Amino acid sequence: MKTFRIIGRNFRDAFKGVFRNFSLSLASISCITITLIVVAVSIILSYNVDNFTNLVEKDVTIVSFLDNDLSDEKIDEIKDQISVINNVDKYEFISKTDITKDMMESSDVFESIMKNWSDEENPIQNTFQVKVKNIEDIDNVAKEIKQIDGVTLVKYGEGMVEQLISVFDIVHKVCVISVIALVLVTAFLISNTIKITINSRQREISIMRLIGASNLNIRIPFIIEGLILGALGAIIPIIGTIYGYNALYHNFNGQLFSPFIKLIQPTPFVYTISLILLGIGILVGMFGSWRAVRKHLKI
Amino acid sequence: MELIRLTNVKKTYKTGVTAIQDLNLSINKGEFVFIIGSTGCGKSTLIKMLYREEKPNSGQIIVGGVDVGKLRNGKVYKIRRKIGVVFQDFKLLPKSTVYENVAFALEIFGVPKAEIHSKVVKVLDLVGLKHKIKSYPNELSGGEQQRVAIARAIVNGPKLLICDEPTGNLDPNTSMEIMKVLEEINKLGTTIIMVTHSIDIVKELNKRVIVLDSGRVLKDYAEGTYR
Repeated sequence: MKTFRIIGRNFRDAFKGVFRNFSLSLASISCITITLIVVAVSIILSYNVDNFTNLVEKDVTIVSFLDNDLSDEKIDEIKDQISVINNVDKYEFISKTDITKDMMESSDVFESIMKNWSDEENPIQNTFQVKVKNIEDIDNVAKEIKQIDGVTLVKYGEGMVEQLISVFDIVHKVCVISVIALVLVTAFLISNTIKITINSRQREISIMRLIGASNLNIRIPFIIEGLILGALGAIIPIIGTIYGYNALYHNFNGQLFSPFIKLIQPTPFVYTISLILLGIGILVGMFGSWRAVRKHLKI
Repeated sequence: MELIRLTNVKKTYKTGVTAIQDLNLSINKGEFVFIIGSTGCGKSTLIKMLYREEKPNSGQIIVGGVDVGKLRNGKVYKIRRKIGVVFQDFKLLPKSTVYENVAFALEIFGVPKAEIHSKVVKVLDLVGLKHKIKSYPNELSGGEQQRVAIARAIVNGPKLLICDEPTGNLDPNTSMEIMKVLEEINKLGTTIIMVTHSIDIVKELNKRVIVLDSGRVLKDYAEGTYR
């Protein structure tokens, strides 16, 4: 009961503190808001880049072209050899007949040319389409397949895939670093802003100390005040995230530049981001207050 | 029964100024003691050490069975809860009413609302300010503000009330009113130590008087012997 009363009083005092020193509180709230907006953009970008990377990784296929003179036994042998290569996830044999059929279905031009080809005339090759587990090692898998007897050519968009993935990787790292840096910088900024608030309440703190308030008694209302400032500072970024991301997603029809790069579905993504923003706001506010009030306590 | 004992206490500030040296003193429960002396004689340092705002460099200070000199900073609140302190400048919260200023001392410890109300009203009645319960400090005279400060200091029922020149800012008549309040509190069993420059008050009340000089006890007059 006593603990509840103390907690209740602390929350009441914290709210009073926020509104009694409103101009200073507003400074802290604005500071948190601005940072959280940038943090939100970074997190959204980072998550989407992760998503793009995953999609690209899933889509990348090694196409191994086979010599057309191979017997069925030889093809089975190649299949066995591919299956034992490390890092191979899935593989599928697609015969030249299937490919020809697909191509003819996809375009009238192809159809008009290809329909007259006899089996011997058909220059299209049988293929094995191979997917790998770890995209970073795709080059080694391609090299191993190429060494198999009967495989004439191996293609997987080399160069382009690696480049794309390394660009995504850089963007991802930059986002993560900027989020961490921003959060730290804000924590100190908030701490300084709250310090001004607390300095103006030095008298209150000294009286509290005098009448026997413990350091915890003194610190808790200020930490709760930081929590409130952090939560208030997160409101605009959260609203911005929910409405902004939804608008962006629908504006681009869920994809960026090509169907290859799909954006993450807004639900539940925006709510997860909102929770993260609220969490960061609260933590930063609490840490800032904790640090600011520390100076006034003889510990 | 002894409430306070100081044994060979020495206090030198970082600036090199020695405020207290070889101080030995004993104060019993229920006593009313004046501490007087010229400026810089160590009066304020002495009482600051009693409520552990300052630490002695050597010697022992026992207050209510606690060695306050050895208390860690984080544990100082334990002794403060047993001691009420009143200052010359009242130290009230300007944006809070009389009631809130006094209740503040109980609220931070989670005392139930009804209990806070009854204790605050009782203590404000004792200092004669029940009718000003809703006033703000700036609406009160100096004497009234000091009475609020005294009410706040005693609302927790401390065994010891330390007063650092409580009448320093007040005219003689108002000062005597404050002294009457303090005498009342003393009669209820609270030990009072008061630092003052006002010889008139000291003579009028006829209590025990300790005269400090250069950080030492120059004279210790028993009750009724100071003239």
